[in-house]
Amino acid sequence: MLVSLLCLLPALAGLVAFWLPPGPRVRRLLPAVGAVHFLLSVLAWNEPSGGGWLGLDALGRVFLAITSLVFLATSVYAVSYLREEPAGLQPDMGGEDPFSNAKESVFVGCLLLFLASMTLVCVSRHLTLLWVAIEATTLASAPLIYFHRHRRSLEATWKYLLVCSVGIGLALLGNFLLVLAAARGASGGAEVLWLDGLAQGPELDPHWLRLAFILLVVGYGTKMGLVPLHTWLPDTHSEAPSVVSALLSGALLNCAFLGILRAVQICAGAGQAAFAQQVLVGFGLLSMAVAALFLLNSKDTKRMLAYSSVEHMGILALGIGLGGAGVFFALFHAVNHSLCKAAMFLVAGTFLSTFRTRLVARLGGAIHTLPVAGGLWVAGFVALSGTPPFGLFLSELGVLRAGLQVNPWIAAAFLVSLATAFVGMARVVLTVALGPPVLAPPVRESWGKSLPPLALLALALLLGLSVPAWLAEGLRQAAALVGVS
Amino acid sequence: MISMLLGLLLAPLLAGLINRVKAFFAGRRGRPLLQLYWDLARLLRKNMVLSRTTTPVFLLGPALSLASLVTCLALLPLGGPALLFFPGDMLVLLGLLALVRFATVLAAMDTGSSFEGMGASREVAIGALAEPGMFLALAVLVVQTRVVSLSELWAHRGLDLWNSAGLVLALVAVALFLLLLAESCRIPVDDPNTHLELTMIHEVMVLDHSGPALAAIEYASSLKMWIGAVLISSLLFPFHTGSAWLDLLAGLAVVFLVTLAVGLVESTSARLSMLRVPQFVGLSSALSLLALFLVIR
Amino acid sequence: MTGTVDFLLVSMVLANLWVLGSSRLPSCIRALAFQGVALGLLPFALYPGHITWDLVMLALVSITLKAVVFPHLLKRALLEARVDPQVEPFVGHGVSLVVGVASLALSVALFRRHPLPIVPPSDLLMPVAVSTLLVGLFVLIARRKALTQALGYLVFENGIQAFGLGVLQHAPLMVELGILLDIFFAVFVMGITIFHIRRAFATLDTMEMAELRG
Repeated sequence: MLVSLLCLLPALAGLVAFWLPPGPRVRRLLPAVGAVHFLLSVLAWNEPSGGGWLGLDALGRVFLAITSLVFLATSVYAVSYLREEPAGLQPDMGGEDPFSNAKESVFVGCLLLFLASMTLVCVSRHLTLLWVAIEATTLASAPLIYFHRHRRSLEATWKYLLVCSVGIGLALLGNFLLVLAAARGASGGAEVLWLDGLAQGPELDPHWLRLAFILLVVGYGTKMGLVPLHTWLPDTHSEAPSVVSALLSGALLNCAFLGILRAVQICAGAGQAAFAQQVLVGFGLLSMAVAALFLLNSKDTKRMLAYSSVEHMGILALGIGLGGAGVFFALFHAVNHSLCKAAMFLVAGTFLSTFRTRLVARLGGAIHTLPVAGGLWVAGFVALSGTPPFGLFLSELGVLRAGLQVNPWIAAAFLVSLATAFVGMARVVLTVALGPPVLAPPVRESWGKSLPPLALLALALLLGLSVPAWLAEGLRQAAALVGVS
Repeated sequence: MISMLLGLLLAPLLAGLINRVKAFFAGRRGRPLLQLYWDLARLLRKNMVLSRTTTPVFLLGPALSLASLVTCLALLPLGGPALLFFPGDMLVLLGLLALVRFATVLAAMDTGSSFEGMGASREVAIGALAEPGMFLALAVLVVQTRVVSLSELWAHRGLDLWNSAGLVLALVAVALFLLLLAESCRIPVDDPNTHLELTMIHEVMVLDHSGPALAAIEYASSLKMWIGAVLISSLLFPFHTGSAWLDLLAGLAVVFLVTLAVGLVESTSARLSMLRVPQFVGLSSALSLLALFLVIR
Repeated sequence: MTGTVDFLLVSMVLANLWVLGSSRLPSCIRALAFQGVALGLLPFALYPGHITWDLVMLALVSITLKAVVFPHLLKRALLEARVDPQVEPFVGHGVSLVVGVASLALSVALFRRHPLPIVPPSDLLMPVAVSTLLVGLFVLIARRKALTQALGYLVFENGIQAFGLGVLQHAPLMVELGILLDIFFAVFVMGITIFHIRRAFATLDTMEMAELRG
């Protein structure tokens, strides 16, 4: 009941938003729905998993909580953002023709539908429904990326639509192969697609199961941004409005990760966890290494953040692949990363609307021009790079320890990638924050734009200082549900 | 024996039939049905002009084509087994058809004319695609029946095969029909009535032939058309009524229906650009391959 | 019913070859519609004993979408964007046809070497499904225009749906409808995007869209 409400509320609100005239009313819908959704998610934390199509298990509720929280923060930011966006044509920072924005009501409506589809991902109890929901996230977010109507955002939208749709198509094929792996004789094995029926795992045919797992990882991994399937991710994150980038990085990538976790669950149930873990370690290390190399050469603030997301997705995959305590810390890392990365994208959005450029070469002295945002920018970087006392330090340390237990070389590669990424990001972040100022100091900062990233980073800090018992317990249950040892 | 004689006698009729169909669609009365017979007779009475640059190969071309095609007729079943049949005779048939192409091309190149050389090159390019298609189409039938002689293929099968393997037969029929259009220089591939050397394929290769040699070539190309039509008729629509005469009549009827279909295609479609021709011919191979998949599963 | 099944499957393969060989976009779109009809009728021929109202309704929705709505959307994108209806391949039509046939050969060989754990309703179904899927991916890669990429995506989806038919005799209705709805919106959003691409770039050539890199 509660679970259906969680999906229906944003979906209906989104449909309503399409018909509302643009203006403050439709904007205020965002934080209102966000707050109610967050409240419901909190209530749902304790509701036991329901049977049938929709229900919450330990994994689902963790990801639902992250999604809901990130959405609430970005929705508050979005109100100020939309208020400050100019109504008519605005000059293009890339030097092309002036462009206009898409209709505000459509933007708000799609944001809400995006929330609804992500909620559906978290509460699906059937793998094909999960597939439907993940594909729906692509479709709901594509119009969001094309909010600024210029050629670059259009290019990013097309890439996103096509790459993700095809990738997710492969995941559907993976679902069908799972059925094949479960089939015996003429009767189908469609029961395997129900997450409740995982107990019958050992009956699965290992060869078809492996093939299915690879297709699922490739499919959902495309959406999650694992190298080499990440090609859409930097373009989309850099061209979308920062509100959307924050949601994509903070919530959507996690949802795709949940898809992969479901596949791992099935593999583990069938005694094929070792294979699944190998695949994930490979993807994880590759993603981290490649993203770190790209970070060394970043010239653009939002592209840098996007590659950092690829790197952190690599950490998540690696943590699951390592198994043991790595699973717990990977989930904890997902929580921390979402908080920090969403905050960073929101700050990057504030920079973008003040400086009108994302190019590092033309940015500088942000901490003088925008004291609050500049401070948050540096704090966010400290958090993202895994420095104590932020939560990411704990989770990265946990993954590192899991790596040391499995294979020291993996731990070494992990550390080298982290260090490379740190160097790359530090150059950009410090140039932007502390370099010679490009704008005179007195720029007014609105609370609507400072408060959400501040709150998110504060939470990340709190998680670093002490993990609340209920969260630790929830994560522990979720890690147990994944089922890899 | 009778079917072979019929072939020799009736082959030029097909060209007349096609012309009448085209005339009908164009709203004209058209040439007489027997026009090609009169043309052949007229050509045979004429003298030959031989260019000084040519060698005996120039005359060997038409002679060899004609001889090969008449031999082909002896291998073709129509309403009954052929005059000659032995395992693998279909390979001989395909080889003879390739020999015809070789002889024509050689004779064309012998003149040293650039136009004829161009035509020869096009003919060979199409042939390189059409011949594998032919092999594939026959391979489908061979794999399906495990019989490797044309006459046995005819005897082995009945029309009821269309009930059990209609899809395969339909695919092969279309493939053979496309090949027939390509091999007998009909419209989507080549236009027998064109007047511009640059666009010709077959006609440009025979520009320098005259008199009886030209008659031999014209007759040979009508025989080629006949062979294609008979292949479709005997291999895909083998009537076994019990009476040899009825079988022959039914076979002939199919041959004429195929001819009418060629006329229909000629009057309703436009010629393909030279670049698209390889795809058109390749399509027949693709269809045969598809049929082969269906047969071998 | 094997005859009918074979006929429908061969129709799907022919539609693949049609898409690969045709040089005009409207003709490719017609091929897609044709394939949609064949795919929509396939469940009845495959499972003649299990025709229920659910199945009939699903087939109706599927055929309506794939044979009427999608081609209509693509054609409208074509007309409204006033696109030059040439396909403009990277890989020529002749080679594309060879790839189409080769994909079928590959799939047949694949399923001979790795037999399925179930007995599919037709031994040709899985090879045709995989070949359709591969052809879709090939069209995605080997054609320049955004519209042909959308077309390739749809062929790819058709292949996956055909594969699903062999695996899941009765997928839950809700799931099937969900998948169809998703694909419908995908085409819808792609159609709108194509229209905008044409307006912003004055072409549908995806090679022109190369500003984002690094």
